[in-house]
Amino acid sequence: MSRTATALGQPAVLVSMLIGVIFVAAWEWLPGMLGVARFIIPPASAVAEEIVFMFARENLLYHTAVTSLSVAIGFVLGAALGAAIGYALAVSPTAEFALSPYILALQIAPKVAFAPLFVMWFGFNLMPKILVATLIVFFPVMVNVLGAVRQIDRDQINLGRAFNATRLELFWKIEVPASMPALFAGLRIAATLAVIGVIVGELVGGSVGLGYLLAFGQGQANTPMVFGVIIMLTLIGLVAYLAVVVAEARVLHYMPKRDFGAR
Amino acid sequence: MAAVRLEFRNVTRRFAPTRRSEGVTAIEGVSIAVRDREVVSLIGPSGCGKSTLLNLSAGLDGPSVGEVFVDGAKVTGPNSHVAFMLQKDLLLPWRTIRENVEFGLEIRKVPATQRREIALGQLKICHLDGFENHYPHQLSGGMRQRAALARTMATDPSVVLMDEPFSALDAQTKLVLQKDMAQTLSRLGKTCLFITHDLAEAVALSDRVLVMSKRPGRIIEEIAIDLPDRDDPIARRSSEKVTPYLRRLTELLDVAHADV
Ligand SMILES: Nc1ncnc2c1ncn2[C@@H]1O[C@H](COP(=O)(O)OP(=O)(O)O)[C@@H](O)[C@H]1O
Ligand SMILES: [Mg+2]
Repeated sequence: MSRTATALGQPAVLVSMLIGVIFVAAWEWLPGMLGVARFIIPPASAVAEEIVFMFARENLLYHTAVTSLSVAIGFVLGAALGAAIGYALAVSPTAEFALSPYILALQIAPKVAFAPLFVMWFGFNLMPKILVATLIVFFPVMVNVLGAVRQIDRDQINLGRAFNATRLELFWKIEVPASMPALFAGLRIAATLAVIGVIVGELVGGSVGLGYLLAFGQGQANTPMVFGVIIMLTLIGLVAYLAVVVAEARVLHYMPKRDFGAR
Repeated sequence: MAAVRLEFRNVTRRFAPTRRSEGVTAIEGVSIAVRDREVVSLIGPSGCGKSTLLNLSAGLDGPSVGEVFVDGAKVTGPNSHVAFMLQKDLLLPWRTIRENVEFGLEIRKVPATQRREIALGQLKICHLDGFENHYPHQLSGGMRQRAALARTMATDPSVVLMDEPFSALDAQTKLVLQKDMAQTLSRLGKTCLFITHDLAEAVALSDRVLVMSKRPGRIIEEIAIDLPDRDDPIARRSSEKVTPYLRRLTELLDVAHADV
């Protein structure tokens, strides 16, 4: 196991880095060679330049901070709400039965379509985009938690019952820890969805955040700017995802080791 | 005559029909008595209600008719007199082996230092000393089942219920675990109801064997195993005196299967 990891590890890292280099090189020179206009696909260097420029002129740091903050708040709210409702429904089959059609409807409804509505309700501030993110994060977390608790082996619960565990003890000592892997799988998905929610919220209105810069860049036909913002958004998503991965590695430290990013 | 630890008085368990299945009578008119320190095996065709009987003993389920008693008290729900062990080890993957063994004690609010002491003692008896800080996935199937045995014994139950605990293990591991369990039961003087579908196992480990019929399960025969070495199943197995018992049990099970 560890031998194959080290034997495979080195070439795999090298190949991975090589692919990165090839990609950036192709981005830089290929469009020019194929005669694609610079305003369609600007070369990598132009985008890098634009990003530096945006830090100076467009207050990129501020917009990035606003978007990151909204992503963080939306993610935490949505995850907390999703987990809470997921557990509540899991321990109460009656509630799940009664609410399931509505939950399904809400789950199917495209969450980003709520963005204009939230802007109309709350105006051009952080609230609408945080709400969109919360809504979009909510479902994968809730569904995963609910499913995981449902799938717990009856005999495992019976073991607790046979030891005279109370309902609360069964919940905290069996159901919650048993659902952790599924919860984190949901959080991984949620981390990337949170970014989508916030961007849509920012695209719809307002004058702050990377979504706003995206629309601004589009309005000016500034392709390098749009590319630059996409890169910043990807970075935010990556940080959010890695934060979940790190938290997961700490909470699920008892799990058999698996390769990074294998799931 | 020794005290009766586990008793069924004319117990019937019917499962009500649901939308997906018609109702079944799992067991019918079952009366059994397991005395102090006795190991009684229960064999019967699959689906005849053996696990149902175990659930009734553990208080996880209640009889439709009749009564179940443990230590003279009527069973009305889960109680601290019994502990069970299944084919699945049911170890919690997020707990170390020691924490798993402590699980029942923790629920019973035994103080941490005392819990630890008991758990380490049980792990030693089960030949798992040195593995207390491992997680279940780091152990082999046989070792995990040993840990399950340690967890079962940790709460010091007066009746131990086992439902095919070794049936998922390979032949060799099984022999070793049977021996360890037999020694542990006899050393601690535990009373045990042991469900199995392995006739040789039943003869090797028990004082008596109860044979159940097809569903609705009834006790159709009771055979006392008059052999020495109940704490040494390997010695028992190698004695030719087990053969008549095995032959008799085989006949009975065929009968149990036959009457459609
Ligand atoms: N909770 C339940 N609800 C309905 N039927 C059940 C339930 N538990 C067991 N049964 C039925 O009772 C019968 C006996 O089951 P079980 O005790 O598990 O048999 P065994 O352990 O001998 O294989 C089976 O037909 C099974 O389908
Ligand atoms: Mg069974």
